[in-house]
Amino acid sequence: MQVSLEKCTGCGLCLKACSFEAITVTDKKANINLDKCTFCGICISACPFDAISMQRLAGTKDVSGYKDVWVFCEQEKGKLKNVASELLGKAAELAEEVDQRLCAVVIGSGIEGLGAKLAGFGAEVVYMVDEEPLGTYSPDAYKAALSMLVNKYKPNMMLFGATHLGRDIAPTVAAHLGLGLTADCTSLSINEEGLLKQTRPAFGGNLMADILTPESRPQMATVRPNVFQRAEPVNTDDFQLIKESITINPRNIRTELVEEISGRVEGEKPVDEAEVVVSGGRGVGAEENFEILRKVAKALKGTIGCSRPIVELGWMPKPRQVGQSGKTVSPTLYVACGISGAIQHKVGIKSSDIIIAINKDPDAPIFEVANLGVVGDIFKILPLLLEELEK
Amino acid sequence: MKIVVCVKQVPDTTEVEVDKKTGTIIREGVPSILNPFDEFALNLALDIKKETEGTIVVLSMGPPQAEDALKKCLAIGADEAILLSDRAFAGSDTWATSLALADAIALMDDVGLVLCGQQAIDGDTAQVGPEMAQHLEMPHVSYVEEIREISKKSVICKKEVDAGYHIIKCKMPAVITCLATSDFQPKIPSIMEIMKAKRKKLEVWDCQKIGGDADRYGLTGSLTQVVKSYAPSDRGECVMVNEMPEEAVKQILQFLSDEGVIG
Repeated sequence: MQVSLEKCTGCGLCLKACSFEAITVTDKKANINLDKCTFCGICISACPFDAISMQRLAGTKDVSGYKDVWVFCEQEKGKLKNVASELLGKAAELAEEVDQRLCAVVIGSGIEGLGAKLAGFGAEVVYMVDEEPLGTYSPDAYKAALSMLVNKYKPNMMLFGATHLGRDIAPTVAAHLGLGLTADCTSLSINEEGLLKQTRPAFGGNLMADILTPESRPQMATVRPNVFQRAEPVNTDDFQLIKESITINPRNIRTELVEEISGRVEGEKPVDEAEVVVSGGRGVGAEENFEILRKVAKALKGTIGCSRPIVELGWMPKPRQVGQSGKTVSPTLYVACGISGAIQHKVGIKSSDIIIAINKDPDAPIFEVANLGVVGDIFKILPLLLEELEK
Repeated sequence: MKIVVCVKQVPDTTEVEVDKKTGTIIREGVPSILNPFDEFALNLALDIKKETEGTIVVLSMGPPQAEDALKKCLAIGADEAILLSDRAFAGSDTWATSLALADAIALMDDVGLVLCGQQAIDGDTAQVGPEMAQHLEMPHVSYVEEIREISKKSVICKKEVDAGYHIIKCKMPAVITCLATSDFQPKIPSIMEIMKAKRKKLEVWDCQKIGGDADRYGLTGSLTQVVKSYAPSDRGECVMVNEMPEEAVKQILQFLSDEGVIG
């Protein structure tokens, strides 16, 4: 951390912003005590004169002191995202293999009750920052809280769900602290040197890459939802809760949520979070015909998706679009109904476990990526299927 | 005010194939295109320029042939282009890429907004934008579909989130990463515009120009290492069912139960 003496006016706003009493002002210039500083970065956004900067050194000098496997457990309005328990399930295996503790990290406002829940999913330690400014997501506030925790407790690995929020905060924290980060992993393991081997698809799913982060700690990765089995919840109060506090003045948060527009239909999960996605394309023919797809999706405990033309027709909102220009999905089961299978769509569903395609045209390209291809009329097949599923 | 739009030239991933023996991408015959998300970002910049005075600078990092993507941006309407090209940049991960781009932007005056695509279709990481914001000490908003209002001090945008959209007000200067809306139609420049673009400024900056410390960038400056790449395992042949609906449904149910989806 550095203060530009030229730009600093000694106004003291940084001093007020700092939660850790690391800043003093003498002779009208700010001074940062690096022994107290947690590099949370809140003073940088608090300074109106851009006088504070942080020299970001790539990598970690001594990686030996970094222990434990952390999972950032995303919550929204006090409710945990499914991907949190999926990651805890996987991270438990990783932690066992490197013989370190499994820790959950949860931040937000009014989240006290989540501690025991996370312990129930296997966390031995729960790190919690429960402060009002963390009630709505902002990169500045989340970054400050997470950077503080990472600097103080030095984890070896840290996993994030590859949700909208996870894919936003992970690179923010990684770059702020000078750490390597691997995006959208579909497989994780420990290699013979004890490093986290992160596997991810690239080039539109045409190539898989194994990636290591040898020189920085924690080793950070975002992981796609639905890739790992959820940890089975148990009732327990056997865990260590470590609550940390940080004072964040809302004025030092540079983004502000003005309005929320819900795109969520009650009971319908986002396509990239659901375990089963039933998708419709042009072959569905009319907006009201999606009703049967919705019912089949519901019977399979899944959600509804669509191909690009459906969004263009205005039959479905954009967040439901599956494919390269929409959402990349990786559900356990993907059912494509009346979707011909443009390459952009196929790219978006390639990492699904199993794909069933139903289409009138036996030569539809969608069959190239399907496990089961059904040639036929969706309006004859789906009602019958629904009837059987509901039995 | 300057609007910097970061763009990337990418192989058209819809035409990419993998050499199954070597586990590498077959680049031969695969067309290079301007990353579609970046093209959308450039269009947002052009819309902003209509409302406010400003210059649009397109910035890219890549091999010399990435100039083609920048030329396209100039023809679409960008005012200036800069290509970061140096052997020292080769093999950069997202940390090293965002650092090089940020170091270049730090050399420019009066930058109000830095726009880029949410992600490039070859790497799909969505990390470079937020990481760049950290290097530049700027706030950022990701997954932006629309810029609603812009003033000297702040920008209001519509951002996609898991459960719908958020309208976010962000202090400027800021980094904004953009999604493409489904109705987005890329502009096809006219011959006149292509000719005119040839007279616009296109500079190539090397490592020296942005600070000179080659170890900060490229493979040496990267924090992640790709140790192996390979073709994904095959899904296997598609089992085709071409029967009457009743029989087809029976087979679907059998398949679902074999796969353990239904009990």
